[in-house]
Amino acid sequence: MNSSSGKSYMSTASSSVIWKAGGDVVADQFPAGLRVLVVDDDPTCLMILEKMLKACQYNVTKCNRAETALSMLRENRNGFDIVISDVHMPDMDGFKLLEHIGLEMDLPVIMMSADDGKNVVMKGVTHGACDYLIKPVRIEALKNIWQHVVRKRKNEWKDFEQSGSVEEGDRQPKQSEDADYSSSANEGNWKSSKRRKDDEDENDERDDTSTLKKPRVVWSVELHQQFVAAVNQLGIEKAVPKKILELMNVPGLARENVASHLQKYRLYLRRLSGVSQHPSNLNNSFMNPQDATFGPLDLQALAATGQLPAQSLATLQAAGLGRSTAKSGIPMPLVDQRNIFSFENPKLRFGEAQQHVNNNKQMNLLHGIPTTMEPKQLAGLHHTAQSMGNMNMPVLSHGSQSSQNNPLLMQMAQPQARGQMLNDSTVGLAPRLLSPMGQPMLSNGMATNVSTRNGVPENIRAPSYNPVSQTSSMLNFPMNHTSELPGNSFPLVSTPGISSLAPKVAFQEDVNSEIKGSVGFMPSYDIFNELTQHKPQNWELQNVGMMFNTSQHSNSLRGNLDHTQSVLVQQGFSTGQNRNSTVISKAMFSAGDSTGHVNAQNGNQHLNSLFVDNTVRVKSERVADAAPANLYPDHFGREDLMSALLKQQDVIAPAENNDFDFDGYSIDNIPV
Amino acid sequence: MDRYGMQNQIACIRSLFDQGYLDEQFIQLEELQDDANPNFVQEIVTLFYTDSTRLIQNIELTLNSRPINFSKLDDYMHQFKGSSSSIGAKKVTSECAVFRQYCAAGNAEAYIKQEHAILRKKLEFYFQMMGQAAVAQTT
Repeated sequence: MNSSSGKSYMSTASSSVIWKAGGDVVADQFPAGLRVLVVDDDPTCLMILEKMLKACQYNVTKCNRAETALSMLRENRNGFDIVISDVHMPDMDGFKLLEHIGLEMDLPVIMMSADDGKNVVMKGVTHGACDYLIKPVRIEALKNIWQHVVRKRKNEWKDFEQSGSVEEGDRQPKQSEDADYSSSANEGNWKSSKRRKDDEDENDERDDTSTLKKPRVVWSVELHQQFVAAVNQLGIEKAVPKKILELMNVPGLARENVASHLQKYRLYLRRLSGVSQHPSNLNNSFMNPQDATFGPLDLQALAATGQLPAQSLATLQAAGLGRSTAKSGIPMPLVDQRNIFSFENPKLRFGEAQQHVNNNKQMNLLHGIPTTMEPKQLAGLHHTAQSMGNMNMPVLSHGSQSSQNNPLLMQMAQPQARGQMLNDSTVGLAPRLLSPMGQPMLSNGMATNVSTRNGVPENIRAPSYNPVSQTSSMLNFPMNHTSELPGNSFPLVSTPGISSLAPKVAFQEDVNSEIKGSVGFMPSYDIFNELTQHKPQNWELQNVGMMFNTSQHSNSLRGNLDHTQSVLVQQGFSTGQNRNSTVISKAMFSAGDSTGHVNAQNGNQHLNSLFVDNTVRVKSERVADAAPANLYPDHFGREDLMSALLKQQDVIAPAENNDFDFDGYSIDNIPV
Repeated sequence: MDRYGMQNQIACIRSLFDQGYLDEQFIQLEELQDDANPNFVQEIVTLFYTDSTRLIQNIELTLNSRPINFSKLDDYMHQFKGSSSSIGAKKVTSECAVFRQYCAAGNAEAYIKQEHAILRKKLEFYFQMMGQAAVAQTT
């Protein structure tokens, strides 16, 4: 969908969708009919609250146990708009419940307690509660709780729109079909230009900044890479826009651009790192401090390793950031960029998945199959990829290089439904990766990787690939990482599960599904990188696409899989977070769907095809996860997204089953 | 209800308010009552009574055990405080708060027991009054 139209459409759609989700709630009657779930072990309080909420004309469901509430929420992901929970409960701590809800369903949660101590209230804030009520709760306080729902939605849309707008500004006719995703569009444009020449891209960027009446900056992968490099050089704490601007030394870039981008980036990082790190953080309660460090670090580490081009890192981060928004409702600043990826992916997911899938197929082939793409092939791909949507292409190129990764990627694609999410995210990354990576990749491990597989060269075809490219891009990205590790690139891949998967995946032309799967694939890829990176963490690829499913699968499958969104993972370099935190799915369906039960991760964890056998435990980076997966869901607040999501759900559902089999999963499950 | 009945009701409720047993939260509850739920207040009070009785029993058990588990006691009191504040039982709430402070201080059990006994008595009386009030309301 067009970003512009999509945006507006989205917002309206989302609003209507949101309210409709309630069932009979109609936007104009809002806030009447708001679906509230209230959880409190005190029966007196519960009854009083229920009565009060009903008096406010809300649709109330009461529950006296946290576990019951959680299962209710899980069963009916779109069934509630807001949750009110007591802090002190016998079966589960209220804050824990808050975390779960935030991760899995991304619903606004209000905490309440007779305890008005500052510490407790602060705890509520840090865990991401959107409000804290002191008992006795008055009806007046309840009358306004709808504001939290609106605010959250608004933030999600805003991110989405942001990305869209950016895209529109620069969008040129995207080759890739994923015009829906503004961000992706940007990427696409960017990519295509990249195809031509890097400097052309720069020119484009410059042009964009200089010629546009509004100084709209397209944060291309390269640019973001530069940004990230500058930030890292300064130190995230000390990074101020002015200095970053100086370090970046990009003509035509204004301090304001950098400032807003930095803001988004920070949110993204916070998201990755989890709430624990930053009190005001998003609700990513699941993110542990470790994650936080992980996310950014991983990316950086990855970047450092060389495989993961800074851009990719940036991309991932961006994606992650984008994603995090969904979760925490924080606008994903990076989303714009990532959105591109994510948009593309989501797009793929939703409807275009099919189309994309085809493309992906090619791409996937590329990805999954360690095509021994020669650098020039890559270049070629690169170009084609660009046309494809840039995102994808770059990925391809990478893929070729990291052909090894491809298999992984491919595998990921397998979990199609899942992959989608990943794809999106990966795609986002891919483009980025491509640019930086494409080149370096070629030189680096790509070569090593490339040799491994070959089935995929076709992906290089890029053009058709675009849609796929998204995913592939994502995939490639991880691949790049692997490329770093000479030969390791697919150590993961080599894992029996993976390697086998990859080839299969590649072949599975289901690219469509693969795309999704690829998304998931990516994660594995990341895993790879991770492994190579030296942090072999269990990065369980979670099927990204399968957000819904993934949660199920991922949980079951991997058990430990960190559901860090596979996509993200891929992108983010899959910091092997514990799968437990997979919240990927969440990200995906920020639209309100409950993304599978994802571990702490931003919920974006796309369960990438877990194909990555346990062997490939890659530490999925939260960042990655968050970004890609989140990106989509959040941004996609639009209607398309919603519908896509819904569709996805359906699609994913079947995939889920696939994902389920962890081992043979990638291949067997992939619906061809 | 005849005039006297109403007057009695009003007097009853007012006394509760005047003595500080009830606060405006109770009024809110009353306001919630409507034709659809004519016995809302009564239901709530009954519910509260049942729940708090159970809670008090638990508290007593805790007090009787050796050594006294103050954290558990604190939890109970917290719960109790929450409930009572929800229905507007002002005095009970404040007593709970005081009690909790003592719990936090880990004071002598004797003292706590004493406080608890006082609280309980007050509570029972309170319940009586509330029961009356609730009944008066519904009539």
